[in-house]
Amino acid sequence: MTRAYKVYSIENGTVIDHIPTPLALKVIRILGLENEGIMTIGIGFNSEKHPRGKDILKIENRELSYEETDKIALIAPDATINIIKKGEVVEKRQITLPSEVKDILSCPNPNCATNQLGAGKHFLLENRDTVTYRCVYCERATVVNPDMLATK
Amino acid sequence: MSQDDLTKVVETADLVKRGELSGFLNGKTVATLFFEPSTRTRLSFESAVFKSGGSVFGIANPKASSQSKGESFADSIRTVSGYCDVMVIRHPVEGAARMASELSGTPVINAGDGANQHPTQTFLDLFTIKESLGRLDNLKIGMMGDLKYGRTVHSLTDALAMFNNELIFISPPSLKMPRHILKELDDANIRYRTISDLEEAGDCDLDILYVTRIQKERFGDPQEYEKVAGVYRITQDTINMLGKDVRVMHPLPRVDEIAEEVDSMPNAIYFTQAHNGIPTRQALLGLVTGGLN
Repeated sequence: MTRAYKVYSIENGTVIDHIPTPLALKVIRILGLENEGIMTIGIGFNSEKHPRGKDILKIENRELSYEETDKIALIAPDATINIIKKGEVVEKRQITLPSEVKDILSCPNPNCATNQLGAGKHFLLENRDTVTYRCVYCERATVVNPDMLATK
Repeated sequence: MSQDDLTKVVETADLVKRGELSGFLNGKTVATLFFEPSTRTRLSFESAVFKSGGSVFGIANPKASSQSKGESFADSIRTVSGYCDVMVIRHPVEGAARMASELSGTPVINAGDGANQHPTQTFLDLFTIKESLGRLDNLKIGMMGDLKYGRTVHSLTDALAMFNNELIFISPPSLKMPRHILKELDDANIRYRTISDLEEAGDCDLDILYVTRIQKERFGDPQEYEKVAGVYRITQDTINMLGKDVRVMHPLPRVDEIAEEVDSMPNAIYFTQAHNGIPTRQALLGLVTGGLN
């Protein structure tokens, strides 16, 4: 019997699995792919890892770089990456937190130069276990949460 | 900054104070851009420039600057960087000096950015400790007062932690040293104690007691403030209790946390500390402009 796919398989591109629900759209924002190409999103699949379910994102005809996929770890550290070519998985990739993050996270300190004077958003990794980053400008350390994603 | 960088500034400040280095800002122009008023720090920098042979110009009042006409901070910095050899910036926004350093073609010295850093205060504190005790390591240093919000004590803690000192934090429970700073000390295996009773510090054999002001506005209840302010007040009796060799420091201005009767005691080094702002800032200006190396 042919398996009924809830999210269509892709011929070429990148599949991001195990994104905690409901963060798939935020992952798209982190990757800066809001207005780019064809994407299929599945939301709220059963998951052993994530009690509220998991989301799946399939990006067609685009092989994401390590630099791009590592950014996903900021909000979905358990996400897995599969690179697909000609319908086959050619690479299974783990992600790791980037040591430096620019233009993705907003500093939660309202009196930071990034919020008051237009300085570029720039964080350095402080603690990998707690996903803590330190703002280069106001020097405050913050545990990353999805609300910190910068709006463009 | 590394331990070597801090030591370099302190050693250079010492040479400047002893008169062994002079004229190293000859032909150099320094801009002092104070986007929030801070008379003491500004005058101290300006005095440091004149004493080293340089020229200084700047703004002391943000209302008189072109920012009041709507010019962006970034444009102000880009413009002024072409007028001077080094910029000294004080700004109420945290990270303003770092942002300026990225935009400016000339060196930038941070003279205070909001609640973040006031590094030249830390340099002059270190210089004062070295001058008074002959070393920066293996000391017992007490910090007292508002340890929660005081950026001076946060920066000083970071710096002293590099030199293997034992730190004793004395504050009311509501103004304790922030947990993230204590965690950094734990991670670096720095010995420290937190106490709320000044009397307990009598057993600590302190080399330095660094006093900071407890600000009234931190307390919702004025009565609570009066109670706390009374407990954390240094008098001649307190000095005798702490030990005859303890040195008392304070970043100034003080209100009433150190009784005037202490001023005449040899233990009081807070005015020397304030004066040390000049050679320390001379040294920094000389090092960043290349007049000293």
